[in-house]
Order: sequence, then structure tokens, then C-alpha cells
Amino acid sequence: MNAPANPLAMRMEGPSPAVEVAKDLARRGALIAPVAAMVGALFWGTHGAASVAYALAIVVVNFLLAAWSLGFAARISIALMAGVALFGFLIRLGLITLAVLLVRDAAWVELIPLGLTLIITHLGLLFWEMRFVSASLAFPGLKPKPGLDAAQASNSPTISDLSETKEHQ
Amino acid sequence: MSVLAQIAQEGLPAADQQNIEAAGGAGMAYGLAAIGPGIGIGYLVGQAVQAMARQPESAGQVQTTMFLGIAFTEALALIGFVVFILLKFV
Repeated sequence: MNAPANPLAMRMEGPSPAVEVAKDLARRGALIAPVAAMVGALFWGTHGAASVAYALAIVVVNFLLAAWSLGFAARISIALMAGVALFGFLIRLGLITLAVLLVRDAAWVELIPLGLTLIITHLGLLFWEMRFVSASLAFPGLKPKPGLDAAQASNSPTISDLSETKEHQ
Repeated sequence: MSVLAQIAQEGLPAADQQNIEAAGGAGMAYGLAAIGPGIGIGYLVGQAVQAMARQPESAGQVQTTMFLGIAFTEALALIGFVVFILLKFV
């Protein structure tokens, strides 16, 4: 086991992995947005669709804000990142509360689909992302490399290839 | 001032009293729901910082896992918030 370094003096350089994860979450959020809006419209009409879209936007902005603040603080100091993670939680919770309370009396807002979407998309997107993150942690060969074109990507090993290799070993 | 004194003497109407109690209860539930995730995130981040300090070469992986952990823990607070708005405004 290595001797621990001083977290006050440590800092991370290069692109933040949290920002990459959050961008991926935002991409997936954009993918499911039309389906979620349709489900909202099916049960609560156009107001439901608008509320679902608003809640999805809150969830995605929350992820991006969390990742950006963590990445920004980690470039200064790991200890600052810990502080930002704790106070950022409170601040973002306050911002979510403000974002919902500001529109709660608006004509286009249905609180039930808005609340349900907040919880379901937050957890759903995380579980979806977690599958890919855990796969790339277990099989680092799957990690997309910057600048890799489609032809090269098609030659990269897949999860099943790597599993078979492991079985043969 | 005299209006406040009058309210204090007569007491609030029952409906207002009920609304105030409901708002207080919902607000307290939201506050309590945020305490647990706060403790969880504190513990999680503390352990992540320790892991990064011990193994700086795996800091990227630790940060990814930490970010997902924070987001999962935050979901608990979000559930508390949604219960609050549903109890209070629906």
C-alpha cells in the first residue's frame, strides 16, 4: 500500500472524468427526452409533456453543474473538491427547489409528472450510465480513445471478446 | 400591531392552522430527508479523497465512481423533495 499523499497539495490535471460522465448522461437524457415527453403527454396532455421536459432539463443541468464544479475544484485541489462536493450538494438542492417553486403556479405545470420525472430520470440515467462505466472499468480495452475513427473502433475488442479471452485463460 | 394582538388573542382559524401545520410538517420532512444524503456524501467524498491520496494513479477512476456515488446519494434527497412538493402543493 502506498503512503498517502497530502490531499491539500494534490490536484488533478487533464480533462475531468466526471465531466465526461455528465456529458454522456446529458446525451442519454436527450435521447430519452422525446419518449418521456410522449409518456407525459399520454397521461397528462400537453401540460404533462411540458412538465416532463422541464424536469428532464433540471436533472441534466444538475448533473452537468455537479460535474463541472467537481472538475473545476479538482484542478485546484483535491481537498477543495471535497468541499465543493458537500456544499455543492446543498446549493444544487436549493437551485432545484427554486426551479420548481418558481414555476409551480404556472399554467403549463403539472406537479405529479414533474416530480415523478425528477426521480425516475435521475435514477434511470444513472443506472444506464453505470452499466457502461462499470464495463469500461472492468474492461479498460473498451474505453473509447480520443480521435479513434469508426473503422478502428469496429476492430476494437467487445465485452464478449474480452469475456471469451478471460474464459480461455 | 393591533391586528397581530387580535390574532394572538383569538387564535388563527382552524383551516389556516391546519395549513401552517401541513407546511411545517412537509418542510421538516424535506429537511430530514436531506440530512441522510448529506452524511452519505460526506463519507463518500472523504473515502474518495483518501483513495486518491493513497493511489494518485487511479484518481480518474476514483473520481468517476465518486461522481456516480454522489449522484445516487442525491437521489435520496430528490425523493424527499418530490414528496415535499406533492404533500404541500397537490
